[in-house]
Amino acid sequence: MPTLTRWCIRSGLVCLLAALLLGFLMQWPPAAAVPWLRSAWPTYLHILVVGWLTNLIFGVAYWLFPRYSADAPRGSERLGWAALVLLNLGLLLRVIGEPWAALGGETAPLLVGSAVAQLLAGLAFVANTWPRLRER
Amino acid sequence: MPRLSVWMIRTALLHLALGFTLGALLLVQRELPLHPAVPRLRPLHAELLLLGWTVQLAMGVAFWILPRFRAGPERGREWPAWLAYLLLNAGVLAAGGALASVGPGLASLLGRGAEGLSAVAFAWHAWPRIKPFGSLG
Repeated sequence: MPTLTRWCIRSGLVCLLAALLLGFLMQWPPAAAVPWLRSAWPTYLHILVVGWLTNLIFGVAYWLFPRYSADAPRGSERLGWAALVLLNLGLLLRVIGEPWAALGGETAPLLVGSAVAQLLAGLAFVANTWPRLRER
Repeated sequence: MPRLSVWMIRTALLHLALGFTLGALLLVQRELPLHPAVPRLRPLHAELLLLGWTVQLAMGVAFWILPRFRAGPERGREWPAWLAYLLLNAGVLAAGGALASVGPGLASLLGRGAEGLSAVAFAWHAWPRIKPFGSLG
């Protein structure tokens, strides 16, 4: 299994645990009074869907999709790493920014940065995966 | 990789790119108002990513790697899987587009119906391919 895939899947597992912990806290009566937990549904959903599912897909696709060429079997390794780093950076900025916004903090740089990073991650993954999909 | 898998996975990648773009717009809109209509894109964002990206990717990969048959066409009856591809994409665009523009109504109902029928069509194709190792089929 390539190093990048191992990082993607481990990041996904960390996100799965974080999402399920947050989901538990959102339902735990003593925590329900915490202001930012009352509005944490979008954060919970995105840790689960972007953090767990998308990291897992990025890692497994990079590993198992058809080879691009003998020299670069998995396409551009740089694009693959860019997708992983930007996806998780974007998610982290969101996970910090959304509770901070609920507490009334200034969050424009965090949430705009999160949006840009996640968008670039998606585009990097598409750019690296598209040429590997060939009929045979 | 078979032709249908290439089409499904490439279409899924297009849904991913569009869905992430809408997601970025929705997140930026919270801090820097771009346009009053942007928040209405949320149902299309969800439809593109949950069905157009993840479900379609799973169907494309399943069509590629599920066990094949020794006799006859190696992937069995392919047309229900092609039908699933068409119905899923029509459904995502109809339901997501309608919910983002005019709200719930006949178009969103038909879109969700098409998505459901795509699952039926894909299951019809895939069911016989779900078999144990060494099966003679």
